[in-house]
This record gives sequence, C-alpha cells and structure tokens, in this order.
Amino acid sequence: MTALTVPARPEENAALRPVPWRRMAWVTWRQHRAALGAVVVVLGGLAAYLWRTGLGIHQAWVADVVCHPASSAACQQAGGFLTRYVPSEVTAGILLQLAPALIGAFVGGPVLARELETGTFRYAWTQGFGRQRWTLGKLVPLAGAVTALAGAISALSSWFFQPFFDAGFGTPLAPALFDLRGVAYPAWALAAFSIGALAGLLIRRVVPAIVAALAVYFGLALLPGLWLRQHYLAPVLTTSNTLPNYAWTISQWYTKGGKFAFTGVQKSGTNAGIEQYWCPHASPSETLGQCLSQHGYTQWTAYQPATRFWPFQWIEAGWLVALSALLIAATVWLVRRRAA
Amino acid sequence: MNMNVIETTGLGKRFGNTWALRECTLAIPAGHVAALVGPNGAGKTTLLNLAVGLAEPSAGTATVLGGHPAGSPAALDGIAFVAQDTPLYKNLSVADMLHLTRNLNRHFDQGLAQARLAELGIPLKRKAGKLSGGQQAQLALSMALARRPRLLVLDEPVAMLDPVARHDFMATVLTAAVDDGVSVLLSSHVLAELERVADYLILLSRGRVQVVGEVDDLLATHLMLTGPAAEADRYTERPVVHVRRAEAQAHLLVRATADDPVPPGWEAHPVGLEELALGYLREPGAASMPGPARGRALPLETGRPSEVTR
Repeated sequence: MTALTVPARPEENAALRPVPWRRMAWVTWRQHRAALGAVVVVLGGLAAYLWRTGLGIHQAWVADVVCHPASSAACQQAGGFLTRYVPSEVTAGILLQLAPALIGAFVGGPVLARELETGTFRYAWTQGFGRQRWTLGKLVPLAGAVTALAGAISALSSWFFQPFFDAGFGTPLAPALFDLRGVAYPAWALAAFSIGALAGLLIRRVVPAIVAALAVYFGLALLPGLWLRQHYLAPVLTTSNTLPNYAWTISQWYTKGGKFAFTGVQKSGTNAGIEQYWCPHASPSETLGQCLSQHGYTQWTAYQPATRFWPFQWIEAGWLVALSALLIAATVWLVRRRAA
Repeated sequence: MNMNVIETTGLGKRFGNTWALRECTLAIPAGHVAALVGPNGAGKTTLLNLAVGLAEPSAGTATVLGGHPAGSPAALDGIAFVAQDTPLYKNLSVADMLHLTRNLNRHFDQGLAQARLAELGIPLKRKAGKLSGGQQAQLALSMALARRPRLLVLDEPVAMLDPVARHDFMATVLTAAVDDGVSVLLSSHVLAELERVADYLILLSRGRVQVVGEVDDLLATHLMLTGPAAEADRYTERPVVHVRRAEAQAHLLVRATADDPVPPGWEAHPVGLEELALGYLREPGAASMPGPARGRALPLETGRPSEVTR
C-alpha cells in the first residue's frame, strides 16, 4: 500500500477559492428555521394583542377628542381616557419589555452552545467552509432576522402608545416607554441576541447560556433608564418656572444671591423645613417655584426637552448596535481560539 | 512526489497545568493507513484535534498535506474528520445532513454518498438521530469520503460499534485507502482491529510519542525471544523493550532483526502488531522511533526496562 501516494498539488491549493456565502445561508436557514418560526409565532401573538387592544384604544381616544362640548355630562362619562386604558398600557409595556430579552436569549444562546454541548462543532468546524466564516454566516443573518422582526413590533408599539402621549400621559423620554418604541427597541433585541451568542460560546451549555444571557441583558437594560439616558445630551438649564410640554426633568435646585441654597423640592421631603418656612400655603394655582421666587430664591431646572426623542433614540440604538457588533466580533474571534 | 500528510515539530498541548501532549515530533508520509494507539488519556484525541485544526498548539507546530498549517483553508479542504461518537445533527434527516455537508465544502460527491447509503440500507428520509450507532458512524464516514479528502482522520471510529458494524466500517475505510489512495489516520484502542488495516503505527503514551514507523519496519526490527526465566536478566545483546515472565519461561520483546544471533537455549519468534504494541504499552519508558520517512533520525532511548511478572 505504500505505493499509493497522493500527489501534492500546491498550485491547486494556491488558487483555493472559498466556499460561497450563499451556501452557508442555506445551512443557517435549515438549522434555525424552527427557532425563527417560534419567534414569529411569539411575536405574532404579541402583535395580535397590540393590534386588537390598540384598535380599541385608538377608537376610544378619537371618541374622546371629538366629544363636544367637552364639559357635557356624556363627555365627562366617556372621558377619563387615561384612567381607563393605563392598565392595558402597563400590560403591553411588560410584554414588550420581555420580548427582546426572550427572543435574543432563546435564539442567540443556543447557536453556539448547542454545537458545543452536543459535540457537533467537531463536525461543523472541520468542514471546508472554515469555522470563523461559519460563525459569521450564522450570527449575522440571525441577528438581522431578530432585529427586523423586533423592528416590525416596534412600529406597531409606536402606534399603540401614541394615544397615551396625545392624551398627555407624560414625557416620551420616560424610562418605562422610551425603549419600547422607535429604533431603540430593535437595537435592544439585537443586543440581547449578541449577548446570548457570546454567552453560549463561553458557557458551552444551552440552558445556562440562556439564563446568563437573560441576567446580563436585564442588568444592561436597567442601566440607561436609571442613569445613562439622561446624559445622552447635556440637559437644558432654565430658571423659568414653566417648562416646555412633556419635558423630562432631571434635577431641580434653588439659589439665592448667586449661591446654592438647596436641591430639588419636588422629589424628596428633606427640604420640607425651608419650604414650610417660606411657602406653607403654596396652592395648586401657584407652584412652589413661583412662591419661592417671591422670597428671593431662583429655581433652576435641568431637563431634557421632548423634542430630543429622536436624537435620543438614535443615540441609544447607536451604542447598542456598536456594542452588538463588538460582541459578535468577539464571538467570531473567540471561536478561532476556542480549544476543542 | 511524496509528501507528509502530517508533520509535527515539538508539538505540545497544555490544559491548565497538565500537558495532554508534549514534544511530539513525527511525520506521517502519504499513502498509509496510520494507526494512533495508546491508553486512555495518552493524548490521541488531542493530537488528532491539533491535526485537524480544532485545537491550537500550546507549543510547537503542526502542518498537514505537505506543509499547510493545520486548520488553514487548504487543510480544511483536504482533510475529512470523523470525530469520536460521530456527532451529527440528530434532528436533521440523512438527506439534509448530506445537503449540509455539500454546502459546506468545495467538493462533494453526492452520487457517491447516496450510492453508499443505499448500499448500506440507510434511508435518506430518516432523522440522523433515529439511526443505529453503526448507521450513524457509516453516515459520518460516507459524508467524509464524499468530500474526496486526501487525508481521512478518524477518532476512535469503532469504539461504540458492535463487531459486525465495526468490521463493515473498517472495510469501507480500507477500500477508500486502497482504491482511492486516501491517506488515513485513525486512533483506536482496539488493537486486533488495527492489525488488519494499519501499515503505519504511532504509539502514544502519557502525552509523548513512544513508537512511530511503518508497521513492516517495526515488525522486522523486533523479535520475541522465549527462554528460561532465570536467564532473562542476562540477555544484553540487543535492547529489551519488555520482559514478560510466565512460570519458568520469560518472553522478551527485543529490538532485533532475524539476522541477529539468538543466545543458546532461547527461541526467536516474529512479533505481530498487537504483541508489539502491547509490549510498548506496558513499558511507557521505552521508545522506538526509527525516524520519519524523510530520514530525520531521532535518538533511540535505551535503558533497561522495568520487569513485569505475571
């Protein structure tokens, strides 16, 4: 048998053309179509809920707006739009908040973890396609699909919540709803997917990877609302007692004679002494700020105007997309280094 | 032109503080069915993983198919690997597994794969996870061979198979080697199975290469001497690999050729591959490395081996 030698053909190897990407696309589709189908079913259910409930809310809001005269008994009875529909808003908010986390973790987590857990990576990574290209060929289309589906939900959710803002529900920058609309929402889904994929590679087990991805995602999701988002752009400072509509107040403080006096009266009760001293009878018609200004205090307010909704959306989506790209790049790089 | 399908220099792999493989220098010429033998934990799988590019070396280098770095595109293209327990996507049908493999490689002989599976009676529509162990191994092997590789690497391919499936599997491997000129590197601890197919032996022990060379050369340079147990210690003419005592008789595996003189009172027998491998496996300190085919001679480790009595 020693006579049977295979001739080396280096010239053929030099011209080695890689296996085309479109063939990998089929592989990714074949292996993940079930997961994507499940996502479509879950999001379809959510969309159906938003659509059905949203139609009722929109009709009620239109009826509220056209009711004339507004002071009539019939209008008063039909009114109270917000009190009637805030429970639906809360339910939709919770469902929308959970969806990107679950989709990202359940689609992203298993992509690599299942291969590593069942040993099939030994098959996949030794085929001619190459393991890093294979990883890219899986993660990029799946990330795109997850983002696109979340984008569709985001469009629906923007429509769903619109009557609430029209009815004076509050600032569109408020943490509870800001990231459920616009471009931020699909960006969060993308981030959840990327976290899941990297967790799967590092943990190498499907279920622990999903749990870890959810934990990391929710930790990250708390960050902007609590601390980060108010710093996206420098807040506007004003000494006026009236803020533009739907502004997001960040902080408030008072000065007297050019010197700092005390901080935000509206949030805490710690300054009750001073307020009580100067303005014991601040009435609803006269705000505390107006009352205090009569005693020589200047009220300073730092706020984010509601017109910054879209700049903030793009900033949030921007850093999330950058973070996701970084996580996916790290995953592809680590796949090369990952020992068998 | 002759080439080495695998060539390693000072190759080592460390997991934490433990070296799974160390100072591994060898060259396996093309055209062989090479058997990688060793006890559990000797580093067989580690060496194979390094050769197919699944693992990265901690030390040294590994090249394949005449100088391509292990794991490089050219290496992946020319090597088909069937891992231990033949991992397959259990929820995919056999046809989908073929489609997957065809899409992931530059070459894939769909006709060959389908003909082989038809011959084996493996239905294309069945889910891979529903096949028997032997059928799963045959499917993995069929897919590997349909890639028309120049080197086929098999990690413990028959460990989980029953004797019939084991025989069929090895027959397929041997046919591919003989008919298509595919070089084969397979690890196994079923020594009897290897005796029929292997013509090149690499024996690993405790992460080091103990024996490497063509089986014919190894068998021609080893003898089994049988003689009185009392005189076993006095035999010093040729290096002794292993001493086995049975009652009054001693069996010495020695490094000698048929031309070497046999001491009076002793009988010389040729050794088989299994006997030779067992002798070395029982003496992890002994080594025989005639050197790679290119003639790089490695020093022979000599030294009186410890005695094993039975």
